[in-house]
Amino acid sequence: MSVSSIAGIAGAMLVGLGLYGFIVSPQLLRKVLAFSVLGSGVFLLFGVVARRGAGAGFHADPVPQALVITGIVVAFAASAIAVALILRLYAETGGVTLDPDAWSKDRGQSQE
Amino acid sequence: MTLPLQTTAGGVLLVPAILLPVAGMILSLALGGRSAERVTLCVAPFGLAFAIGIAALVWRTGAPIAYVVGGIEPPLGIALEADGVSAAMLVVAALVVPASLLFARANFETRESETESRAALTFWIMLLGIWAALNLLFLGRDLFNLYVAVELLTFAAAPLVCVSGKPETLAAALRYLLFALIGSAFYLLGAALFYGTYGTLDIGLLAERVRPVPPVWLAAALMTAGLLAKTALFPLHLWLPPAHANAPAGASAILSGLVVKGSFFLVVRLWFNVLPALPTGAASMFLATLGSGAILFGSVLALRQERLKLLVAYSTIAQIGYLFLIFPLASGAHPWTADGWTGGFMQVMAHAFAKASMFLAAGLIAEALGHDRIADLAGAGRAMPMTIFALGLAGLSLMGLPPSGGFGAKWLLLRASIASGEWVWALVIVAGGLLAAGYLYRILSRAVFEEEPIALKSRPRRSRETIALALAIIAVVLGFAPQNFFDFLQIGRPAVSAGGPT
Repeated sequence: MSVSSIAGIAGAMLVGLGLYGFIVSPQLLRKVLAFSVLGSGVFLLFGVVARRGAGAGFHADPVPQALVITGIVVAFAASAIAVALILRLYAETGGVTLDPDAWSKDRGQSQE
Repeated sequence: MTLPLQTTAGGVLLVPAILLPVAGMILSLALGGRSAERVTLCVAPFGLAFAIGIAALVWRTGAPIAYVVGGIEPPLGIALEADGVSAAMLVVAALVVPASLLFARANFETRESETESRAALTFWIMLLGIWAALNLLFLGRDLFNLYVAVELLTFAAAPLVCVSGKPETLAAALRYLLFALIGSAFYLLGAALFYGTYGTLDIGLLAERVRPVPPVWLAAALMTAGLLAKTALFPLHLWLPPAHANAPAGASAILSGLVVKGSFFLVVRLWFNVLPALPTGAASMFLATLGSGAILFGSVLALRQERLKLLVAYSTIAQIGYLFLIFPLASGAHPWTADGWTGGFMQVMAHAFAKASMFLAAGLIAEALGHDRIADLAGAGRAMPMTIFALGLAGLSLMGLPPSGGFGAKWLLLRASIASGEWVWALVIVAGGLLAAGYLYRILSRAVFEEEPIALKSRPRRSRETIALALAIIAVVLGFAPQNFFDFLQIGRPAVSAGGPT
């Protein structure tokens, strides 16, 4: 099995794991982490694409690598916005859940 | 085989259309809250001028205009291109954004005596961000470039939902952001597959190379699914009502009128510009079935809402459904596809104006009454007639009654569906119109026909009412669009150019 195949399978597994975690976990921070795992899988697949396209005299196709760098910056910004919103939600409600019924309970507990 | 894409005469106009709002964003951030409003207001007329300039150029030359960034041609470089629909959408955005902006001044202006607030700064900067992202989305010709645009759109739109900082708005923004993030991850995965298969992400080059092979189908499915989550097409609509109903009125107008159209535009680009070589019958059927589901489901839920802003938000879900009828009605080389294409984009434009007007009117009502419970609207028609008139006029277009842009759109879609023999869509269009009449009647019957004394907390400013009314009037006037305008929307349409000039 070539390096590309192993990396490709690993990337696909990361995407699957990330998607599973994103859908199954109700906790917001875990959802953000799952999104990061999913994103890493996608970036790894870009790396595989770069390696496979290395036929044209390059060591590896530079274009997907450039795309990955941009993609990482975008994913970083996305995670930062999500975490900032979660922190603000925690500051306002004392909880980190999207369920409004749970807020007052959390807030009540923190006041006790 | 097409020639390598060259910068056309006037193509350089496309650059400031994108860069101007970005420059405004950076300047606003540097100068701070008090100036952000002024910068945004200064950018608006120039943005409109560039959009109209581009549209006029496309109209006059009758061909798309293109700009090759840095003179490096695709596949290595990236290109921008404005065809008929993107030029039209530029103008729509350049009208709706400034309208919402002028409307929102009352909520987010910083007077001399006041200290600068973070909410105001965020609002003005994010508004410019949305405008920049939309313009890039309409002009982009590279799938990765479009990915960045669609992400910028999300990053600018989600914070607008929670500008007020209330817990329920934060939850709505987070839910929106999570849906959008997973959608963009899917989109990026699809882009990786496209690049891995054909070594380019340029839409024009891909269109020549794409063959119906498994990676292409997988990439198309992933990208479509991701974009549908961002467009809030039924059944991926769960995030939309809380997000659009909780945002400040000026932002809701843009979110509902324009932002969801951005990702829809990308779905259209994908299936019509990238994948015209594929036999897309089943996929079109699937998308239109989801769209029909959205029309019926969204309308029925809108009928059951207690709050005006939520009703308007659910109506957006229904109206988005109509857009997806474009896929079976405008694909392939049939005589009716021109009607399907024009009808679909007429619906995009008519809904953008009508829904923006409706959200602004709903915002005025909520501010004046201190609530937006539909049951307690009785007497509002007498107390604030101009606002209710704007709401009704916008509703006319949503229902698809003549004369209005919504009627034009639905009439064209109906004609296409009957000509194509797929009369199922015609039934859905008619049913959706009746349901829309039902939920609008609920509002108007309360507000206009029941006369009770009503206590206004504050009288809405005449200028803000005028903005809502102006948008509603544009939505209606679209119904009088001449044949030239329909021809304009066909400029650069892929199916037409594939079949040669007609």
